[in-house]
Amino acid sequence: MKISREDVLRVAELAYLELAPEEVETYRRQLDEILTYIDKLKELDVTNAEPMAQVLFAAAGDAHPELREDVHRPSDAAEGILAQAPDAAKPFFRVPKVIER
Amino acid sequence: MSAGAAWTVASVREALAAKKISARELAAEYLGRIEKRNAELNAFLALSPERVYAQADRIDAARARGEALPPLAGVPIAVKDVISTRGTRTTCGSKILETYVPPYDATAVERLEQAGAVILGKTNCDEFAMGSSNENSAYGPVRNPVALDRVPGGSSGGSAAAVAAGLAVAALGTDTGGSIRQPGACCGIPGLMPTYGRVSRYGLIAYASSLDKIGPFATNIADIAAVLKVMAGHDPRDSTSAAVPVEDYAAEAERPIGAIEGLRIGVPEDYFGAGLDEEVAAKVRAGIALLERLGCKRIPLKMPHTDYAIATYYIVATAEASSNLARYDGARYGVRVPGSTVIEMYRKTRQRGFGAEVKRRIMLGTYVLSAGYYDAYYLHAQKVRALIARDFADAFLKADAILTPTAPTPAFRLGEKTADPLQMYLADIYTVTGSLAGVPGISVPCGKTRAGLPVGMQIFGPHFGEGRVLRIARAFEKAGGFSI
Repeated sequence: MKISREDVLRVAELAYLELAPEEVETYRRQLDEILTYIDKLKELDVTNAEPMAQVLFAAAGDAHPELREDVHRPSDAAEGILAQAPDAAKPFFRVPKVIER
Repeated sequence: MSAGAAWTVASVREALAAKKISARELAAEYLGRIEKRNAELNAFLALSPERVYAQADRIDAARARGEALPPLAGVPIAVKDVISTRGTRTTCGSKILETYVPPYDATAVERLEQAGAVILGKTNCDEFAMGSSNENSAYGPVRNPVALDRVPGGSSGGSAAAVAAGLAVAALGTDTGGSIRQPGACCGIPGLMPTYGRVSRYGLIAYASSLDKIGPFATNIADIAAVLKVMAGHDPRDSTSAAVPVEDYAAEAERPIGAIEGLRIGVPEDYFGAGLDEEVAAKVRAGIALLERLGCKRIPLKMPHTDYAIATYYIVATAEASSNLARYDGARYGVRVPGSTVIEMYRKTRQRGFGAEVKRRIMLGTYVLSAGYYDAYYLHAQKVRALIARDFADAFLKADAILTPTAPTPAFRLGEKTADPLQMYLADIYTVTGSLAGVPGISVPCGKTRAGLPVGMQIFGPHFGEGRVLRIARAFEKAGGFSI
């Protein structure tokens, strides 16, 4: 067994997921099966491989874009974004109390 | 005009120029087709008739003034629901975004519309593009128009089904591990995943940022080329979009069949092993033989890390997903489930908002990134990813393109794999390799099984080799390969 019930609960807590009690064993079993499958990667010798975080710069050679200048530009997005908020009190998003005192 | 007349980019263009139809009439025809078929297929989640008719009227007005029409003038195009559309609800197939209406357009959508395309609406997909059957949508599965008891593939199942059923001339999908190519294969139409960075991701709601690509579905290669051409190119709003010059894809697709003579097509044995359906294997081998008869030179290849791609993908993609999806907390957009504290609000919102597969991948991604496991899983997978990319780099020293099956089986039955996530993941066994390497790949139709189910053949090219991929695909199409 690669993953315990406690591991599942811990991961769910880290990811802010609330699991129903009956879901915990299902996820544990499925994640266990997936992690067991994934273990086949351990067969490989990777000592000469650099971790590949992304594709672009190797693929595009010298043609990769320069990062753009970090300059201030006006934005009129705030109104449209706040209009999507479940609970907005312009110019803020309102949420339940964060800090107890 | 018959109900299912197959319009193409070229035929729309000719009909508009000859005044045989107006953009408004064509748009109305497509909205009518969708209305008729969608209850059965569930391919569309939202339509945007106001936007459709406003754009159609702009095209008709330009035509009346005698202006030259832009390249996609009047062409009805559907957009996968993970791509932002200003003013049209965009849910990502998730309950957590049930109420979300983006305040801006994705660059891909903006460019299509500037090129005259008529954006019909949003297509169903697996929740946050996580799935291979479209059964993970919170809004119900899509049915495969070729066989209604079967899945259309996923995650861009709605886009593939819409094009295959004649409800759109073309559609945008997204491909992270196979989500354009595999549904293309299942529905019997071409679908192209471009090189990573070829099409801007600005406005594409992120699943796995180092793997996500936007690409087109259409019924023919010329249309794929036309849509790609409009979307491709650098975008200052996406720092991972490439400044590599955009080829003339239409010209590539229009070249004569003889233009592929002498090309070296690599065939990796590793893609024809256990688990590959016999009928699929036979069709793909027949497709490769056809290309040989057209003058291509077959090169046997070994790509020794192929078998490790699914495992690598499910570490890299879920790790990125666990981070990307942290933003859905009920605070700023989408659905909020109230709680007495902010943490309780986060938990309840995510519990009710996300479906089972999304939770599974968030948990897996969180696990492989967590303290004590990062090196063993995530870092290790990134190194294996480099080995898989090296397989491709080595292969492209010997071959100009790589030919494989797109998927191990034809479209499976609804419900057949939902109880076993790992079996579902293996549907992408031949597509994830190229996703990890970041190379372009297309799935082209390659005949049907005895039961009438479409088979897909995959053509990979080197980075930014879309032109060559399209040239081969077009020659294959012209030579009758689609119905081999």
